[in-house]
Order: sequence, then structure tokens, then C-alpha cells
Amino acid sequence: MSTDRDRMLATIRAGVSRSVTKDMPKPAPVIPRRGQLQGRALVELFRKQAETASATVAEVARAEDVPAAVAEYLRGRNLPPQIRLAPDPRVEALDWKSQPMLETSRGASDGTDTASVTPVLAGVAETGTLMVHSGAPTPNTLHFLPETHIAVVYADELVGTYEDAWTQLRAKQGGDLSSGAMPRTVSFVTGPSRSADIGKILLMGAHGPKRLHIILVDAKRPTH
Amino acid sequence: MLHPNSNAFTAESTKAIADPQLQEALGVLRTQSIPNRLKAANNLAEFEQLRDRARDLKDHILGHLDQYLLQFEEQVKSSGGQVHWCSDAESARQTILKLCREAGAKTVTKGKTMIGEEIGINDFLAENGIEPVETDLGEYIIQLRHETPSHIIGPALHVTKRQVEETFREHHTDLDAGRSLEEPAALMAEARAKMRHRYFEADVGITGANFLIAETGSTVIVTNEGNGDLTQMLPKMHIALTSIEKVVPTLDDAMTLLRILPRSATGQELSVYVTFSTGPRRQIDPDGPKAFHVVLLDNGRSAYLGGPMQEMLRCIRCGACMDHCPVYHAVGGHAYGWVYPGPIGAILTPALVGVENAKHLPNASSLCGRCESVCPVRIPIPKLLRHWREEEFTRAITPATQRTGLGVWAWFAQRPAMYRLAARWSMRILRWSAGARGRFKSLPLAEGWTRHRDFPAPQGKTFQDQWRARSRR
Repeated sequence: MSTDRDRMLATIRAGVSRSVTKDMPKPAPVIPRRGQLQGRALVELFRKQAETASATVAEVARAEDVPAAVAEYLRGRNLPPQIRLAPDPRVEALDWKSQPMLETSRGASDGTDTASVTPVLAGVAETGTLMVHSGAPTPNTLHFLPETHIAVVYADELVGTYEDAWTQLRAKQGGDLSSGAMPRTVSFVTGPSRSADIGKILLMGAHGPKRLHIILVDAKRPTH
Repeated sequence: MLHPNSNAFTAESTKAIADPQLQEALGVLRTQSIPNRLKAANNLAEFEQLRDRARDLKDHILGHLDQYLLQFEEQVKSSGGQVHWCSDAESARQTILKLCREAGAKTVTKGKTMIGEEIGINDFLAENGIEPVETDLGEYIIQLRHETPSHIIGPALHVTKRQVEETFREHHTDLDAGRSLEEPAALMAEARAKMRHRYFEADVGITGANFLIAETGSTVIVTNEGNGDLTQMLPKMHIALTSIEKVVPTLDDAMTLLRILPRSATGQELSVYVTFSTGPRRQIDPDGPKAFHVVLLDNGRSAYLGGPMQEMLRCIRCGACMDHCPVYHAVGGHAYGWVYPGPIGAILTPALVGVENAKHLPNASSLCGRCESVCPVRIPIPKLLRHWREEEFTRAITPATQRTGLGVWAWFAQRPAMYRLAARWSMRILRWSAGARGRFKSLPLAEGWTRHRDFPAPQGKTFQDQWRARSRR
């Protein structure tokens, strides 16, 4: 019995065999020069692009300064001093007790958390984009459910282009992302959630986070 | 939206032009959509070069579509998901229903999917006792209003802010009737609050997919609201509903298309969320769906591979062609009568529902070429519109009066001396009979024109005479 799969593949194969593009080679990619930067220029571009996309960016010198920066951000916007931490050493290992006013909890979100603090896999300067992925130390709900998402980005996680970000992920996953080596989800996040579906008026905070705050740490991440 | 209403294009256009709310809503195309895209394009030095590469990449993919789809399928399987090949809308509907029943679904949340519109999934699920809940703000608004999308990127483009307020007051009757919804932000907050628990209640989340990655078996969604991510993350099953031409070879190749899609669609450097989903949640994952299915629809597309219409399959659904189309600006999306409006709709609709069911669409264009000039994958839309016009003529779908008219024109066109003579004489007669006003209020055989405006009598010499005179200089 012929299945839909057989029928579709037969028609596709017949079409491909007639197609004028069947011998066409795959073109080489064009990677914008904009992101091909190093050092401070890379940081500046990332910052500028993230802010253009309506994220806010703070810079701290050392990883130890992150908890204070989080507390300051929440206080400055009159937001509840409660944070849900990703169970990842880059976030969890920081000295949160240094901020006694901050109420911390850990793990995936059930939708009641007001703010999350997560690490990222990469920050992409080209468009001020964060690359995040799901996993045990980085529950995906933390990236989408809380109204405020605070992302901690270490300087050595900053890259210029999307391709560089994939290279970071490939390296982390053993070189190849096929056959289930991809995490369940990998998201490129550029600014907070928004919509222009009501009369084409652009508004922040549609269904995802209303605020995206990025804390750039200009030193090596804590060793673990 | 299964049954095309595209043959009512003329009547629906007349209504659309007379609808002041629609005309108000369409104004944003000129004031926002066009300048936003232009700014984003100018902001990236390599934009035009990327358009060439994107075109070549899509051509390459279409020339190797079987290989990439098989690789994609194998990769979905090896990451724990399943691909369901569906040759038509009915097969896709039945597959989705079966999956929803397996999941014991009572409600299904939905991210934006045009393929969902193409197969009429919402009505079908509802008929079978499963409630579909649209989560994209624009889709939610039109679901409440019992309407269909009028734009592939902004489905509620035709709805004004005032109308959204009326719709919310009519449907959200549990809320205080005296609440203020003057601010657009209040409307959005209300929709956000209404939707929150629905994400958690749903048993299945259905999303579309902008791209499929052969290298990894991933499906990709491109959104701004985050609704698509919540839709596919919180229920126990994620179904990605998509079509065969969306596959791309590698993650890096997808980035070529992702550099031009948002810039062309909304003028953003990148949409807020671009999410690659691969398989169900891993054993150690604390969240995510337990099952992952890809419903891969053909619905007639494969028949156009290797033929004169193959280039339409390059489309990445950015909507730039409709944003720039003077016809779409005048009549909006609903007049087109099926799922895909605007210039791309005028070539896709005849292909997918039959040219006899969409006979006006290829003719509803002056072939001005703005669509082609902005298409990120450089689809030669005017050329493809002409293909359908020829097909209509060959198959005698074109009305008899037009065919006769074209026949008369063709007779003259093949006899240049006669053509010149006839052109000269008809110009003289028109000029003489127009009198001092130089215009006609009505003119036989041109009522379609004179019903709406005067017809100016031709001035000076014929085009060919002028051309000759200038060439001699």
C-alpha cells in the first residue's frame, strides 16, 4: 500500500529530476563584517545592539559584583526583591547571601516567579542577541515565564556573529549537533517580548518577559 | 478557511475600498512597514548580497529537496521525535486529531501557523470536541472576532485599536465593565492575563515552523511575543505543523535566511525569539514537552518542483510583497479570498486551490514590480503572475470579452503597419469626440475605467511615432 510518504517522495523526486536547480551547488555564506570585532569594540557593539532592541545592560568588573547589581536593578525599578535562579554554577555559585534583601529560589519556573536570573551560552554582538538553551541547569521556563529576565553574560561568552555562537554550542556538545546532540530548545533572544498587533502600536511584554536586563561581567567566570 | 472565495475578489475589493475602518488600518503599511524595512535594509551593508545568497540557497534546496527532507526525518527520529508526511489537508487534519486524542487533549494552544489556516485546523478540532486557543495576540483578536488573518505577519492588521477594545469588552465579560481600555498597553495586559492559565491548561501545543534543519532535525519558530515558546514548552506534546519547502541544510544556512527574514518582515535586526526545537524534553530536563511531532504538509506544492512555478517555493513568508503592493494597500488581505493574500497570494492561491478558483488574483496587478524589488529571496512575482494569466487564457478561464479583445489586439500587433494606422486613427477620433473638455465621462468598452474616473483623451502623437521621432534625432 502506498503511503503519503511514498507519494510525496515520488512527486518530489520527479520534480527534482526535472528541476533546473538540481545541479546548483550550495552557496557559501555571507557573514556580515559588522560583527567581526575583538575586545572592547565587540563589547560596545553588543551593548549598543542590545539597547537598540530595548534590553538594558549593566557592566560589572567581577562575578562577585553580580548579586549587588541584580539587587540594584530590581530596587531601581521598584520590582519585588525575589529571584528564581538557574541551577547553574555560573549563577548559583555567586554569593547571593551578600544581598540579604534578596529572596532567592532555584529551579524551573511554575509561572509565579517575578524575576529570573540565568546564564547564557553566548552573547552575539551582531544584533545584541543572547543564545540560551534548555537543560537541567538552565530550565527553559526561566527564559520565558517571569516578567523580568536577568541574564548574566561573561565577557568570554561574547561572540561577534551567529555562526560563532553555533561554534560555541558545537564545542560544548562535543563537536556535532546532529543525532540528538542539540538541546531540546536553543533560543536566540533579542530584547524583551513585544507585539504590534494592536493597531500596529509597538508595546513591550506581550507573553514573554516585559524586561530583559543583561549584566555583563568583564572577568573570567567563577571556576567550578 | 478551506474554501477559497477568491473568485469574489472584485466584489470584495469594492467593499474593502468603501470600508473606512479598514482603510484607516491599512494606512500603517505606508507610514510604518515600508520605512521600517528600508531602514533595516540600509543598516546592513551586506543586505543585497544576502538576498542573492538566500535566493541561491533556496534554489539549491529545491533542487535537492528529497535528500534534505529525508535527512531531516532521520534526524528528528534520532532525537526522539516523529515526522508525519501528509500529502493533503485532510491527511494533516486526521494526523493532528489522532495525536491530540493520544494526548487526551481537551484544549490545544496554538502559535501562529499559516499552514494551520491552510488546512482549517481550528474549525476541525472544534468540531471534534477539542478547543483550539490562539495565543499570538493578533490571532487571539481575530479568533474572538471570528475572522481570518488578513496579513501573514500581522494577522489582525485590518483591526483598529478601537475595534480591539470593543472585541475585548464583548468577550471578557468576567472583567469590570467600567475598566479603562483607553491605553493600548491596557489591552495587551488584559490579553496577557487572559492567556496565562491557558498555556498551562493545554494538553497539546501546536506551532508552525519557519524553517526545518536537516542537519539536526530541528524546527524553527520566529516570533516577537514569546507565545510560540510558551505554547511548545508547557503542554505535554508539541506538534510543529509545517510544509515541505521549509527545510534548510544546516544551522548556519538558517542564519542566512534569518538575517533577511525579520528585516524584510518587520524591519527588526532580528525577531525577539528565534527558537530551534529538537525532539522532546531530555530525561534530565526539568521542563519542556514529553512528545515531539512534526506534521509535514505537501498540499500540492511538490507538483510545482521542476516546473515554471518552482520559484514561488522559495518564499520564506516575510510579507514584504504585500506591505509594498499598491493593490494590497487599497483592498487589504481579506479580498484575496484565501489564506495567502497580496502578491505572493496571487501566485500561491491559483497553485494550491486551482487557477479556476482564483481567476482574478493574477490579474489584480499592474505588474509594477515593487514586490519583486523587495522580495528577500528575489521571487520574480510579476513573471509568475504572467504565467497564470497565460494559463487562464490557454484554458479559456479568461472571460470571452477579454479573450476577444486580446484576439483583436493580437491581430493588429502582428501587423505593425496596421497597428500604427489604427493607433493613429483611434487617437484622432478620441481627441475629436472628446471635444474641448479633453476627457470622457463614459466610454464604450471602457466602463470599468469610467465608472470611477474620467478617461483622458490622448494627446500628441502615438507612442510609436514619438519613439521614431526621437530615435531619428
